[in-house]
Amino acid sequence: MARENWQVEHLLRRAAFGPNPTDLARFADTSASTVVDYLVDYERQPDNVDAFVGRPEYVSVTTRGGAFSPTTNIEDARQLWLFRMVHSERPLQEKMALFWHNHFATAYSKVAGFAGGLQGTKMMSAQIDLFRRSALGNFRSLLLDVASDAAMIVWLDGRTNFRARPQENFAREIMELFTWGVGHYTEQDVYAAARAFTGWNLQRIPANGNNNDPNTYYQFFYNPNQHDTSAKTFTFPIYSDGGRTIPARSASSGIEDGIDLITVLARHPETARRLARKLWAFFVSELHAPNPEFVEAVAAEYLRNNTEMKPVIRFILRSPWFNDPNMWYTRYSWPVEFVVRAIREVGWTGFSVDTARTPLTNMGQTLFEPPDVAGWALGADWFSTGTMLARMNFAATLAANQRFNLVGAVGSARSSPERLVDYFLLERFSPAPFEMGPYRELLAYVGTASPWTGSDAQVNAKAAGLTRLIVGSSEYQFV
Amino acid sequence: MAQITRRRFLRDGVAAFTVSFAAPAFLSDIARAQGVRSRNLVVVYLGGGNDALNTVIPYQDPFYFSRRPAIAVPAGQVLQIGSDASRKTLGLHTRLTGLHTIFNEGRLAIVQRTGYQNSSRSHFQGLDIWGTANPDSTSGLGWLGRYLDSLPPPVDTLSGWNATRETPRALVARTVAVPAIPDARAYSLASPNSGAEALAERRAATRIASHVPVDRPHLSFVNGTVQGAFDTLDRVGSVNAYTPTVTYPNNGFAQALRTVAASIVGGIGTRVFWVQTGGFDTHSGQGNGGGGAYANLMGTFDGALLAFYNDLRNQGLLNDTLVLQFSEFGRRIAENGSQGTDHGAAGVMMAVGGAVRGGIYGTAASLDPNPGNTTLENNGNDVRYETDFRAVYARVLDGWLGADSVAILGGNFRGSAPAII
Repeated sequence: MARENWQVEHLLRRAAFGPNPTDLARFADTSASTVVDYLVDYERQPDNVDAFVGRPEYVSVTTRGGAFSPTTNIEDARQLWLFRMVHSERPLQEKMALFWHNHFATAYSKVAGFAGGLQGTKMMSAQIDLFRRSALGNFRSLLLDVASDAAMIVWLDGRTNFRARPQENFAREIMELFTWGVGHYTEQDVYAAARAFTGWNLQRIPANGNNNDPNTYYQFFYNPNQHDTSAKTFTFPIYSDGGRTIPARSASSGIEDGIDLITVLARHPETARRLARKLWAFFVSELHAPNPEFVEAVAAEYLRNNTEMKPVIRFILRSPWFNDPNMWYTRYSWPVEFVVRAIREVGWTGFSVDTARTPLTNMGQTLFEPPDVAGWALGADWFSTGTMLARMNFAATLAANQRFNLVGAVGSARSSPERLVDYFLLERFSPAPFEMGPYRELLAYVGTASPWTGSDAQVNAKAAGLTRLIVGSSEYQFV
Repeated sequence: MAQITRRRFLRDGVAAFTVSFAAPAFLSDIARAQGVRSRNLVVVYLGGGNDALNTVIPYQDPFYFSRRPAIAVPAGQVLQIGSDASRKTLGLHTRLTGLHTIFNEGRLAIVQRTGYQNSSRSHFQGLDIWGTANPDSTSGLGWLGRYLDSLPPPVDTLSGWNATRETPRALVARTVAVPAIPDARAYSLASPNSGAEALAERRAATRIASHVPVDRPHLSFVNGTVQGAFDTLDRVGSVNAYTPTVTYPNNGFAQALRTVAASIVGGIGTRVFWVQTGGFDTHSGQGNGGGGAYANLMGTFDGALLAFYNDLRNQGLLNDTLVLQFSEFGRRIAENGSQGTDHGAAGVMMAVGGAVRGGIYGTAASLDPNPGNTTLENNGNDVRYETDFRAVYARVLDGWLGADSVAILGGNFRGSAPAII
């Protein structure tokens, strides 16, 4: 199998979840720019991946005494998202949903603590669906949808943001984490913003519904009786004329306060730059500091397109910074990226994504459960002895599970230890380059079966062992 | 672009070399040389911003009750601990019965109003500042990391033990990657094979990770975590056989302290432990003395710490152990509309251990919102700090760990350090 389309492989590792053998064949002679359009214009690809859950040629899911129910059971919701990452024909949509899940980090446990596991799963899966729907949509609209998202209103206590006693939690984080970052606003702005969002609440439908009834649900509700109608003054301009005060409004139109604030936050150049820096780390590199020209160019693209994300992402993926070969393998993979890429490269027949559940927690990433509102600590922070042990052990589990698939694919590469190592290291898997020292260690490992006969017993052991060593190597942890 | 073949994708590193890997016995020797059963520091982080005013309660301050009508702990329910130097009478939260006992035994020091100028109200910035011990910096090495860096080389991988998954800023060191061991039982190595095949694979993985690609420091860093795992697997595994002398509560925090006790009793060489428990970001539904979210948090904190204290005392190791508790900030004085409190400023630190000089340090704030009240800040909304948290660190570094606090903290905080040990 020829694997020489480097730029496309790089693109598929970053803007998708790594190439599987089908992708490699499909894109072997395709230009990177064509693949960018394929990924970015994802509405041209089918959105039917959920229909394949349970089919034998796809990765499996595990059900627990009942039907697979990803909208009411959080473990099933986690499995479905992993399933989609492994098999979706729209991988960039899933990748951006993951980006937004980290950016607007909301944890299931608090939402479920408020309304129970069934409603918690409903609200969280609705939030992830929002991120999926708006994956490459308009950021201002997304911010508005997040501010009125049921899970977010529980998560950052909007439901207790009352006129008489404003609640600052959401007001602070929308400025500190969701838009422009510490240093651009004052405590006074936090208090004013909390008052602007008073009355942004949620309600249960029906009001007397049972939280354990799948027909009951929660939705956004603006409560005019709890809105602080007085004027709110900020230290920065809210309006294009430079006005810093949101005027006193009637309770019935008080929801406009929050919309005005969201609009100014979304369109602010500092928000544009902060998103550009986050997108640099997500798509381009974590080893190189954001290039100032990149940041300004991406921020300009964002502002010129009225906060639309699709042209921004297309711009990034086509940019010289993204396509610089020095940027290959300069990003630490997130645990879910590692797991999904490993499954796509090692194989999945008869493997359940549920097997990855506890390992992912040990690697430091439980989907729907970021550690706090700042999201996961990325980059080198993913790596510690414990989390790396979990990655190595997942590689071992997957290799053991897929042993027969691996052995069956070896073919004539069983003829010598060198050919066997080359098959796994250079054709089957896509780690960052191995230097000669580690390469010789892989050869020495295969060479412990001496003399090499290529017998079934030898290949059975070494195919799985090499897979564990390569997928569990430090080199493989970079994308 | 020139044709790059897969074959050429194998690299000859610029100046790569492979270090021989150290056998576990060798590391144990280092651990012993660095003083097994020497003094231990156990840092306990209460995540989310602990509401210090409901931990150590000024129950005779009328403003405590008027500004916290729903969440004040009734005076009749506090556990009295006497008064501080400013004659403010204080009591512990109703659920801190274990700490009350420890206080009465003279082994609990309470340092009131700890913090720093212009306290950050951000969880993340706040925790990083407590980690770096530099209010102007939220990145770089941590204060405990700098302490580990000051130990005579080579620093044992297990000199620090982080009981959470992510490495806290405080433990970021230059010379050692502190292992993250959230669950010692899960800290073991799997293989798709068994017997000699699995051993050969472990050996190969160890040797691959021992390779130092000089021009790829990020790869060396991840290799370092692999090496750290292999270096520590067997020693960490050894603590799983521990039989404690008391029953620890069945929650993550207590079980983490149980594992810390096992490591101390086993003498595996760790100097600094990091343990944390979360949920302290009580913006709503905080409750008061008898019940509610905050009472549960206090109960969890207290039950685990008491079990740990008793276990170590029974093992005769209390005099070797110092527990230091902190949180990233205190909370707003007045409750909000949801029976909770928003982010505030100064907090409370506690120290527990056989060598601790128990008592109340520092003075409580007056909660009177009068603008002339200098014990408050932010228009009378928050408690102003009195003791710089770095002064407490300085006392721990100098008086307990035998280190040079001026070098480690980058400044002299000894003058204002409370004499808690």
